[in-house]
Amino acid sequence: MKTAADMVTHSRLALSGDILQMLYRLLAVVLLCATLAMLSDVFLTTNNLLNVLRQTALLFLMASGLTLVILTAGLDLSVGANIALSACLAASVIKTTGSPLLGMATGIGCGAMVGLANGILVTALRIPSFIATYGMMWMLTGVTYYYMAGETIHGFPPGFRQLGSGYLLGVPTPVYVMVLFLLIGALFAQRTIWGQQIYAIGANPVAARLSGVPVERRLALVYAVSGAMAGLASLIILARINSAQGDIGEELTLPAIAAVLVGGTSLFGGSGTVAGTLIGALFLTILLNGMNLLQIHSSWQPLVTGCIILLAVWIDNRTRRIGE
Amino acid sequence: MSTGRLTFASVSIARVPGVAVVLAVLCVGFGATSPGFATFANIANILTQSTILLLLALPMTVIIMTEGLDLSMGAVLTFASIVLAITVVTTGSPMLGFLAALAVGFCFGLGNGMLIAVLDIPPFITTLGTLGIAQGLSLLVTDGQSVVGIPRSVESIYSGTAVGIPMPVIIGALAYGVTHTLLYHTRFGTYVFALGGNREALRVAGISVRAMLIRVYVFGGLMAGFAALLMTARLNSAHPTAGIGMEFDAIAAVAVGGTSFERGNGWLFGTLLGVIAVGVLRNGLNLLAVPSSAQVACIGALVIIALFIDGLRTER
Repeated sequence: MKTAADMVTHSRLALSGDILQMLYRLLAVVLLCATLAMLSDVFLTTNNLLNVLRQTALLFLMASGLTLVILTAGLDLSVGANIALSACLAASVIKTTGSPLLGMATGIGCGAMVGLANGILVTALRIPSFIATYGMMWMLTGVTYYYMAGETIHGFPPGFRQLGSGYLLGVPTPVYVMVLFLLIGALFAQRTIWGQQIYAIGANPVAARLSGVPVERRLALVYAVSGAMAGLASLIILARINSAQGDIGEELTLPAIAAVLVGGTSLFGGSGTVAGTLIGALFLTILLNGMNLLQIHSSWQPLVTGCIILLAVWIDNRTRRIGE
Repeated sequence: MSTGRLTFASVSIARVPGVAVVLAVLCVGFGATSPGFATFANIANILTQSTILLLLALPMTVIIMTEGLDLSMGAVLTFASIVLAITVVTTGSPMLGFLAALAVGFCFGLGNGMLIAVLDIPPFITTLGTLGIAQGLSLLVTDGQSVVGIPRSVESIYSGTAVGIPMPVIIGALAYGVTHTLLYHTRFGTYVFALGGNREALRVAGISVRAMLIRVYVFGGLMAGFAALLMTARLNSAHPTAGIGMEFDAIAAVAVGGTSFERGNGWLFGTLLGVIAVGVLRNGLNLLAVPSSAQVACIGALVIIALFIDGLRTER
């Protein structure tokens, strides 16, 4: 019986491969930074770098939940629309009750419920995840626009606003939230049985089911977590821009998916890490920030993000083929 | 007992009744709640307005039958419409504008097909990427503004009639006829069924799967370019957000029409009924003064019901 020993060696090899991949991606981030530092005087200023970190935190929070979904070979296209609904509901709860805590619970709860609904569509109704969450995206957008009816809710208590725009020891508050969830996410994925089961489902759902993994329940959990993280991200946006309207998170879905894929998580499931997604989020944020600094029109952003998604999947395809 | 129940279930949710029941329920419901619904003018109106959707839903059926998806259709439609409008405004020639729109559709279809067939990128992520690209191009070219100043001759393509029948209805019927012939009476159609059901058989038979897939997506792009002509004529202008989300209605129509997302089973006539069902739903909700934002949620609910039925069928 040397299977256990084999598995240990195998996982060590895989780990070193993962680390190598991550180093490549870090190198890409460094190269991007170097390029931007040469092209723009503003890029390396403390203010801008802190701003980049704050934005990265937001993108990472969305993308970390999405990473778990993509690890199971699924996709959640509804995260942006989920942010919009969660933010608007949380905003109106804060406004009517005056309690930020109740509002935060509403935002995260709404996100999680939407995620759970996605999970039910995918598991119980067996609708392919990209279609189920795509339909969910349009439904959420419709509900949000209907609910807000073109209105804007703005002006929140200063305590709540600290969550998005405050500083602690000179570092933006969202960055602490990001580090916290990086640790939680990485530990959950790598060090818990549930996390390992999520990898197993992505690698081979049939084998996972035969080995006794409760596939449906884990999938529902993964979509609910992705929704809850979108809910959390919505609070940070809300606290930062101090207002909520129907189109609040619309443009964030593509960058979040791009961050996960650039971070090395395979669209085909079973491989990738939450830490990789942080690097992906950093890359995307720096790129979009750089485009802003170089005064490239914001219309270029969906175009560039779309290209990056295609490029990332293509690179993943290539590396997988070489691996085989 | 159980066999009897199964047979009953599979008959009652078989394809023909499935879509027809949805459509009948919608018609009876709206007919009862709003007096303006069951008039000849309103029904002609529904059919006319459904044409653009039909032009997208027909190729969407073919694409979904190959176990693919095209999320970029609405964005490509928008971009093609903008290119058409700009060409017509600058050159004054509607024909040149139409060709430009077709060219845009062709390029995006070819791009989608190449990425999917040659680089092996999954269809939903490919077309999500090209959606971003088409949307970005639309915003860049127009700077977020509408393109106006289109000559009257273009408008007549949508508002005109021939032999008393609205032009869009004629165009829709033609498009349906062409797609039906392609799918059921040509070798291309047979290969499409094989692409979804049994791709390996195609390979063994020596047919290039790649070339077939590329053709399928090019067909989708061309139809989006064609639909751009109707949309520009209808709005008498082009706007960078005009067609966004149209692919959702198209996917909804295909799903309601009973085409499966997983097994490569398609039914073109079901899509036609599905398009009319979505058109009736939108029209009826309009008459009841339901805001368009809430209409999207209703269409989503319709899709979930349809896919739920599809899921039930898969289990049998």
